[in-house]
Amino acid sequence: MDLHKLSLKEQLEGLKKSEFTSVELTSHYLKRISKHDEKFNSFITVTEENALMQAKAADERYKKDKSLPLDGVPIAHKDIFCTKGVRTTCGSKMLSNFEAPYSSTVYTKLDEQGMVMLGKTNMDEFAMGSSNETSYFGPVSNPWDTEYVPGGSSGGSASCVSAELAPIATATDTGGSIRQPASLCGLTGIKPTYGRVSRYGMIAFASSLDQGGVVARSAEDAALILEGMSGHDPKDSTSLKLPSPDLTKNLKDSIQGMKIGLPKEFFEQDMPSYVEQSIQEAIETYKSLGAEIVEVSLKNINLSLPIYYIIAPAECSANLSRYDGVRYGYRCEDPKDIEDLYMRTREEGFGAEVKRRILIGTYALSAGFYDAYYLKAQKCRQLVANDFTNAFESVDVILSPTTPGTAFKAGEKSDDPTEMYLQDIFTIPANLAGLPGISIPCGEHDGLPLGMQLVGNSLQEDKLLQFAHSYQSNTDWHKKMPNI
Amino acid sequence: MNENLNNWEAVIGLEIHVQLSTKSKLFSGASTNFGALPNTQACNIDLAMPGVLPVLNEEVLKMAIKLGTALNADINSPTSFARKNYFYPDSPKGYQISQMDKPIVEGGYLDIETESGTKRIGVTRAHLEEDAGKSLHDDFEGQSGIDLNRAGTPLLEIVSEPEISTPAEAVAYLKSIHSIIRYLAISDGNMAEGSMRCDANVSVRKKGDLELGTRTETKNVNSFRFVEKAIQYEIERQVHEIESGNTITQETRLYDSQNNTTRPMRSKEYANDYRYFPEPDLLPITLEKDFIESVINDMPEMPNEKKERFVSKFSLSNYDADLLAADKDIANYFEEVVKISDSPKLSTNWIMGELSALLNNENLNIKDSKVSSDKLGQLILRIEDATISGKIAKDIFEKMWISGKEVDEIIQDEGLEQVTDDKQIEAMIDEVIKSNPEQLEQYRSGKDRLFGFFVGQVMQASKGKANPKQVNDILKSKLEK
Amino acid sequence: MALSDKELKEISYLARINVKEESFSSLKKELEQILTLFEELNEADTSSVDAMSHPLDLSQPTRKDEVTEENKRDELLKNAPSVKSGLFIVPKVIDGEA
Repeated sequence: MDLHKLSLKEQLEGLKKSEFTSVELTSHYLKRISKHDEKFNSFITVTEENALMQAKAADERYKKDKSLPLDGVPIAHKDIFCTKGVRTTCGSKMLSNFEAPYSSTVYTKLDEQGMVMLGKTNMDEFAMGSSNETSYFGPVSNPWDTEYVPGGSSGGSASCVSAELAPIATATDTGGSIRQPASLCGLTGIKPTYGRVSRYGMIAFASSLDQGGVVARSAEDAALILEGMSGHDPKDSTSLKLPSPDLTKNLKDSIQGMKIGLPKEFFEQDMPSYVEQSIQEAIETYKSLGAEIVEVSLKNINLSLPIYYIIAPAECSANLSRYDGVRYGYRCEDPKDIEDLYMRTREEGFGAEVKRRILIGTYALSAGFYDAYYLKAQKCRQLVANDFTNAFESVDVILSPTTPGTAFKAGEKSDDPTEMYLQDIFTIPANLAGLPGISIPCGEHDGLPLGMQLVGNSLQEDKLLQFAHSYQSNTDWHKKMPNI
Repeated sequence: MNENLNNWEAVIGLEIHVQLSTKSKLFSGASTNFGALPNTQACNIDLAMPGVLPVLNEEVLKMAIKLGTALNADINSPTSFARKNYFYPDSPKGYQISQMDKPIVEGGYLDIETESGTKRIGVTRAHLEEDAGKSLHDDFEGQSGIDLNRAGTPLLEIVSEPEISTPAEAVAYLKSIHSIIRYLAISDGNMAEGSMRCDANVSVRKKGDLELGTRTETKNVNSFRFVEKAIQYEIERQVHEIESGNTITQETRLYDSQNNTTRPMRSKEYANDYRYFPEPDLLPITLEKDFIESVINDMPEMPNEKKERFVSKFSLSNYDADLLAADKDIANYFEEVVKISDSPKLSTNWIMGELSALLNNENLNIKDSKVSSDKLGQLILRIEDATISGKIAKDIFEKMWISGKEVDEIIQDEGLEQVTDDKQIEAMIDEVIKSNPEQLEQYRSGKDRLFGFFVGQVMQASKGKANPKQVNDILKSKLEK
Repeated sequence: MALSDKELKEISYLARINVKEESFSSLKKELEQILTLFEELNEADTSSVDAMSHPLDLSQPTRKDEVTEENKRDELLKNAPSVKSGLFIVPKVIDGEA
């Protein structure tokens, strides 16, 4: 049986009904990884032995009728989540041999619900990138066409789910790192409201922007796991004091009469005609499902890119100071004094993009520039957030393309770092405002998939998933998988 | 160096770091106990492992509110944390979580006693921040060993206005802060162990000048005495430099207690730019009015209030009241003694005199005194009611210290009751006069000094128990005959 | 926006990242490209707003003052590049940080 063709929901049901065991399901995926992942490089670490142990334990529980909510279903975790006793690298030479001494809350929550970890997925180094070309462990390629990038920074998570090497994968999103790869790989990727998912054990890039989420093959699958990952965590002071939300209750409800906002500033951007066309078709589908289309204005939205590229590097420049060769991680050889230890460890341990962002961030915070840059950016950020607050007075969700096009070829955007940054223009605003966003497949061009983005108001992941599910119940885009 | 400092005045500001005596750290649940084996009290948060996050200890808020109130300052709400970025191996994150814009305590003052009376020293702010770890240099040829047990311990940094003018004032200010933090039980204020640290900012200017001179910061002063000496040295050094035609470099200097000098710390290539920005992993803290009020109501009487009460209620001198009120344990002991003895002046003298001597001898805290407050109270009562003389009381006190017995027991055991019966005293005096005819002759022919001799003989005969006043009176009348 | 050699040297020191002489000009160029983005904020009118430092409009939670962590030294020091007698070993540190 092609177990990997079953949806996550079907897999869970199959396990409950004893149609197959977790060991069978897990082994099936491990075989596929072993056979195919060489082409994609989506995994940094495959935890084969551990996975089979976990699967076996799940099967025991099923036998005794004492199963956990997500028992025995396999999952891949982005290598940004600390997993105790397992190498956690963040895609970097700095942590290439780092064995995490504790587990992230995200991992623990899903582990406690019985999920089986297949391994840790590849990613752009320290989550900085939009193509997964900056990983110390080599680039990831897009299963739709291996000459193309899968997107980033959660490129490994997207790639392995797209190639059906895992039914679902956790991922993180700071400026679009879940939604953009989901769009480029034909998947459903959701970033929840800031504070929904605990950041404890999720290696920090930009603290006020980072959020954990999932890359899945459908809204339904995503809802199941996102629910299991969410909820208040006292170990994360920025975690919302709310329990895990019920994301499946309203999933199948009709969206009749609900309102979709189209931000005019987004649609004023130059974009390829195939993107415009796919989005128009999606809008028509939504209309046919009873949704009302409303034009909204997010007048400060064009400040998003500069705001992000001041705040994210500034926060990351401090978050990455701990990588200094003293207590763990990479250390340069024969340091002659403490300064040399720092300077060369960090020169050698970090890749080019990470170093650029640390330096930019250091510059933005330095004496004389703080007011003009960092402080100004945080004020502009409030303007963007206010725009969304106003827009949501008249609409339920806001729709736009996720990316300005389909996947690009590996190496194509390596000359000017800012060209790469343009990948995120549609996704960044949601991070700035702390709002939930989802990307779902809505088209294709030249054999490569394309996604559309829905952004919801604070705490309304359920509404987003409802809109996504409604669309997916009436279209086939999300069902298309690459032939690997 | 003995400069003529008459034309000069010093401008001094103190930054005092107080280590708060919480059980766990500021942002993690690791223990803060002193003296543990290296890195056994440093959890993943203290080691800045990838992915960890800080969670705030509620106790520090209470402690800061108490301190702010004792310093007559404002409590800021909301108050928030900031990152202070710098690289040093004892600072694991590469930044220290501290406070920048809205520190929890702002704008207060402290009144200190100086030679010329009471002086008010402004307090600019007091803010919370985490302590760093320690670097050990011995036994590691060419290398250093880093112990992060102390990393993350909560500190309250108290910054004074530059309104201190002399080393003595600096010490008075420091001692007041020391007294307050111990009263509030928020820190043990032990400078030798590092739970209270003092950095001094010093500059000089010609008397009458309004402009401030360039200041230096002096660190590594770990006792009241060294603070005074270090500041004095720095003042003299600066005056000497200026008078020699040099300018003062703004720098950080380390005090060397061996040579009583300060020397500049090794200068860095670039001045440190701390690049402060709001801490994104912690939310702003709102301190509700009820919360602040309940914390304030929980505060004990502060040293200055206690001192005033001692002066008015017990009619003590300013000086005595100050001394007793400086330490909460001594003040409590004093009040308990007075409850029984009903004699504030005598109680003060005994505590500051005999008791202090014995405590110092054995390096004891008054809480561990071998003579409890009610036992001392009893002793003083016996002096007051003339059962024993003051002199005998001193012997008895030492016996009480050693044996732990009560005063009455010792008086009985050793028959030390004062002799107050006139007839008995008369008899003793008669005996003494009879036994010393030569001295009697001499006294009667004008050698008044010999009166003391007779007194001494009577005291000896009575083994010190005869009431001195009565001896005096009766002897006088007998000798005059 | 131009970045001087001096500025680049300073920020790379502040960030403790060594930059080799031969990489200086290309790095400078890359950073300048990113810095041009910064200028786009100059025109924005932010007079009516406060800086946002948290997307959440909430107050900081606190925890009770209790010791909840036990000694896990061996586990936590496992990844250290150099350890002796339970201490992290680094090249000799001279003087203290200001």
